Amino acid sequence: MSLQLNCPNCGVRPVWEFHYGGPLKSRPTQDASAEAWTSYIYHKPNPRGDQKEWWYHRSACKLWFLAERNTQSNNVHTTQRFGAEESK
Amino acid sequence: MPASRMWRDHELKESYDVVIIGGGVHGLATAYYLTKLGVKNIAILEAKYIGFGGSGRNTAIIRSNYRTPEGIAFYDHSVKLYEQLALDLDFNVMFSQHGHLTLAHNERGVTGLRERAHTNQLMGIDSRLIQPREIQELCPMMNVFGPQRYPIQAALYHPPGGIIRHDAVVWAYARGADRGGAHVHQLTEVNDIETPNGAVSAVVTNRGRIKTGIVLNATAGYASTICDMVNIPLALETHPLQAFVSEALKPWLHHVIVSSTLHIYISQSDRGELVSGAEVDDYLSYSLRGTLAFAEGGATHLLELFPFLANVKMLRQWAGLCDMTPDYSPIMGPVDEIKGFYITVGWGTYGFKAGPASGHLMAQCIQSGKTPKMLEPFLNSRFLRDQLVGEKAAASVSH
Repeated sequence: MSLQLNCPNCGVRPVWEFHYGGPLKSRPTQDASAEAWTSYIYHKPNPRGDQKEWWYHRSACKLWFLAERNTQSNNVHTTQRFGAEESK
Repeated sequence: MPASRMWRDHELKESYDVVIIGGGVHGLATAYYLTKLGVKNIAILEAKYIGFGGSGRNTAIIRSNYRTPEGIAFYDHSVKLYEQLALDLDFNVMFSQHGHLTLAHNERGVTGLRERAHTNQLMGIDSRLIQPREIQELCPMMNVFGPQRYPIQAALYHPPGGIIRHDAVVWAYARGADRGGAHVHQLTEVNDIETPNGAVSAVVTNRGRIKTGIVLNATAGYASTICDMVNIPLALETHPLQAFVSEALKPWLHHVIVSSTLHIYISQSDRGELVSGAEVDDYLSYSLRGTLAFAEGGATHLLELFPFLANVKMLRQWAGLCDMTPDYSPIMGPVDEIKGFYITVGWGTYGFKAGPASGHLMAQCIQSGKTPKMLEPFLNSRFLRDQLVGEKAAASVSH
């Protein structure tokens, strides 16, 4: 199913204007093991449900922002600038 | 023979030697080959009906002209099993090896195809680079020399490639597994897997609990869900891939045509419908609904190759779920973390053509407890060892 995203800069736009940037993950610390870093790079949570994830507004304002989306229904619950309050 | 008698319904037994999760081509083929190896006390658990998932949603293309030596050997094993499948299973799977053409529209594309042709030939695969004139001879209806946004420069010609009736393959494996003594359980959903002391002991389903020492996760679209039950992280993400069929036409297309530049592949089924698919949608989703954007894009690209199809109607479109790994290769074999837990997942856009080989080798792996050599490159541990199998000739690789 297609979907629309509410870009914090540009407002509601169709998904093909955007690039999906993968799930929001926390980076291992500098002194973490090689295994922890390899897992960080390759392993994906891949949930059937809600996920907080990165999106990039490729065809317009070039903003990287965060969205919370249900991967089964494709409903986008919220979008926000990184580190900002939720915009909608 | 009526479908109801091809495989029987059973009560869920209290215990099985092997429980296979997923009633698609991978699960059913594994069950069938296990029964041939003498392991007969098997349950295949399917949440919906057999062939509901990827096995009934793919575009049924079979080929082995991949890029890596590991991939080529593996998919060639599958093509050889497919060639004998009708005989082996006593069921007409309608395998037409009418040839497979991968088009290149730029210099870099041609270089890639040349490399593949050479690797294929070194591995004994019938595969060669051909020029536009020969493409036109093979496929007179294609717009090879006319005006085009991306003119065709060359093609990789793979004569043993072709198409198959995917439902027939699923049914035939289910019948074969049933006759061998395996139980096919449809509408049976797995809710939990018990692994006390780091070894599989039971599977909890909506129809009851099954004691077992061996579980195979042979699902697509549920690979992460099942592996989450035993805390095995996977290097894959689920993306939908959309496809469509046209109304039926008289036979005119006698090859599978693929263009990664145009993001399209097309073949004509024995019923006369054109079957066409694209690359995966580029964001994680478990949705099976089609999009207008895909229907528009697919039609546009198809018309560049075959302008005369302008008035042909699209009959239906659908989506299937592809579990994409970072190296476009599957993940197979036992896992290091839990004894008795096996996986054959991450089948991305190449699962159906691999079904027989995956089933054959996973059956050997489970029966003997040893990983067959051909499976070793595809173990889950390859990610932590940083030894990926970069299969850049998979259907979804076009960026």
